[in-house]
Amino acid sequence: MDSAAIDGARQPPARMGSRLCTRCGERKAALKRPKTLEQICRECFYVVFEDEIHRTIVDNNLFNSGDRVAIGASGGKDSTVLAYVLSELNRRHKYGLDLFLLSVDEGITGYRDDSLETVKRNEIQYGLPLKIVSYKDLYGWTMDDIVKAIGLKNNCTFCGVFRRQALDRGAALLKVDKIVTGHNADDIAETVLLNILRGDIARLSRCTFITTGEDGPIPRCKPFKYTYEKEIVMYAYFKKLDYFSTECIYSPNAYRGFAREFIKDLERMR
Amino acid sequence: MAAGSAASCGGTGCGSHCSSSSSTAAEDATAESLGRLSVSRECGKCGGGVGAVAVAGGVGLCGECFRAHLFGKFKLAVTSNAMVRPTDSVLLAFSGGPASRVALQFIHEMRSKAIESWDASNSQALPVFGVAVAFVDESVLCSKPKQEIDMAIEDIKSIGFSVGIKAMHITPLEDVFSMASKDGEGRLREAVDMIDDDTGREDFLQCLRMLALQKIALENGYTKIMLGSCASAIACHVLSATVKGQGYSLPADVQYVDTRWEIPVVIPLRDCLARELSLLCELDSLKTQQHLDRPSNGINSLVASFVERLREENPSREHTIVRTAQKLKPFSFNKFSADGYHDFLPSRLRPKFQNVDNDESTFSGILCLICGSPFNESELRNLESTKHKAQKKTDLYTAHCCQSCCFQILPSGGNLYEHFFSLLPEFWTGRVDTVSVSHSLPRDQIEEYLLEDNDDS
Repeated sequence: MDSAAIDGARQPPARMGSRLCTRCGERKAALKRPKTLEQICRECFYVVFEDEIHRTIVDNNLFNSGDRVAIGASGGKDSTVLAYVLSELNRRHKYGLDLFLLSVDEGITGYRDDSLETVKRNEIQYGLPLKIVSYKDLYGWTMDDIVKAIGLKNNCTFCGVFRRQALDRGAALLKVDKIVTGHNADDIAETVLLNILRGDIARLSRCTFITTGEDGPIPRCKPFKYTYEKEIVMYAYFKKLDYFSTECIYSPNAYRGFAREFIKDLERMR
Repeated sequence: MAAGSAASCGGTGCGSHCSSSSSTAAEDATAESLGRLSVSRECGKCGGGVGAVAVAGGVGLCGECFRAHLFGKFKLAVTSNAMVRPTDSVLLAFSGGPASRVALQFIHEMRSKAIESWDASNSQALPVFGVAVAFVDESVLCSKPKQEIDMAIEDIKSIGFSVGIKAMHITPLEDVFSMASKDGEGRLREAVDMIDDDTGREDFLQCLRMLALQKIALENGYTKIMLGSCASAIACHVLSATVKGQGYSLPADVQYVDTRWEIPVVIPLRDCLARELSLLCELDSLKTQQHLDRPSNGINSLVASFVERLREENPSREHTIVRTAQKLKPFSFNKFSADGYHDFLPSRLRPKFQNVDNDESTFSGILCLICGSPFNESELRNLESTKHKAQKKTDLYTAHCCQSCCFQILPSGGNLYEHFFSLLPEFWTGRVDTVSVSHSLPRDQIEEYLLEDNDDS
């Protein structure tokens, strides 16, 4: 790791026509960080992004050395970046974790079958063993079957509940100690809003916890709790990570879309 | 007020003259979402053959029953929360909008009925509460022509007098700044202009409004301030406070009663929706005056648009949001608990106020200097540590502001704080105990000559 990249106190030499990174003062600024609006180079962005996640993990005691940890992997940007960063931090900071990829196949034709191909590539790219559990095997039906039966309203609610159980079952088969998911700050902000709008006090009281299910067999935690979605996208883009970027075909009707649009409008304002 | 006019039949291609049952149902659904019925049906409450004109609680109601429904909510809020004692002198904050117009109408009716009962009573032991109206004139900040402003103010006065109110207080907002200085308008404008954030500016003005009402009430001997805040406004406030990071203090703002102010504040229309109140104004021809309303630009207006979209999707959403916020623990100042306060209440209601409530949030007693929000733990810690090392009064004033006000109201650039606080009304800054910084006066005198930031003395 370049120590100059960590020390952000150096004054950049004056140069005409270029904008230097405000952290290292050496390289050209390549981006404006969504979280802080700092104009920094790619290398410094990698450093601050990874370091903040490391601090979140350490400050919240998310893991113990020797833990077997399943990464909920959908093939999307959050879980792909999570798998990449967690592997990297595990190696760099010697967390001592055994990492696995755990995927759930909900049986959504044209969406999940494609994204699972991405996860299979991640298995090879990151060298992490992969386990796939499917609704078909666990419950005898797919989300396509469910949507045919109930239509396009509230299907996300069903899917979310079933996926949580599927993850638990897959984690039990892998004999892991913890599950980690790629839920980021934007997801949690949307969930807080949704729970207020729906009057779900029980969920509202626990939806911001970084670790949940500690009273159950396999706790799950969210290392990306304070990470902005835009920064995850930026990280994946610059690192050229392989991820599946299409939205679930059933999600346009999701109620969460209301909250998501509202939060995007808020971010434009402040 | 968006009245329910005939809506399209939903794309079946038969046009606006379609009279099929499916088009009637679509029109009903649209009109019902607006709280008003466009198609006649019998009143679901009195069934008296009079056509229903409004929907409330999922039932079509005629005008009289709809009115009684809203008045019932108002009266229940007033009586079950012991909002108004017979000895009280109530100051109603009238904005000119439909909600406070209905509050004015209803409190006047309650008073009229109380007077009738008093007249008929043999003992006449208890007096009847008094009602006055206050309007905070913010026209100094709006760019409308003076003639329009004067006409609007005359309208406001005429509305109050039409209801039989004798005491009307029309107070310019800048009067809040005028105690020590005659140039209240200049100080107000300068303070507002120092705030960069649009939302911060709006929230600051909201705080000034409350300050103005408190000032009117204190100077004229009123014992309660009644606001027309309705469920819709509170739903917007719940979401605004959430996104601004004001979650800790949110419970304080959504209860029926708020006694953290010198003159307690009550909100009897908390369970009524804005569209219901607008509809009542329309049905009863209650005049409103909103010409002086200023457009909103910040987070508050974004939230209002969002809530409107939610309302279109589900008319009950505002109630759900308010119910969610009601589940948060209120503070100890969210009810009247003084000894003897509830003596006038029927005995069946007194136990509600006499039991110690373990479901209240513990309250440290520290309120934000600007917005009055109760301090959370980290704000208290910051205040305590600042008290020990404060070099200037400004440090203490800043430490007495909540994190939200520090972020969105205090001007960016710490060197501007001193000037900003110097503009604020003495009524505000005088609440901060600055005795602990009196030892720093010598530092103030020599500050410009000091070269080091840290002074070991």
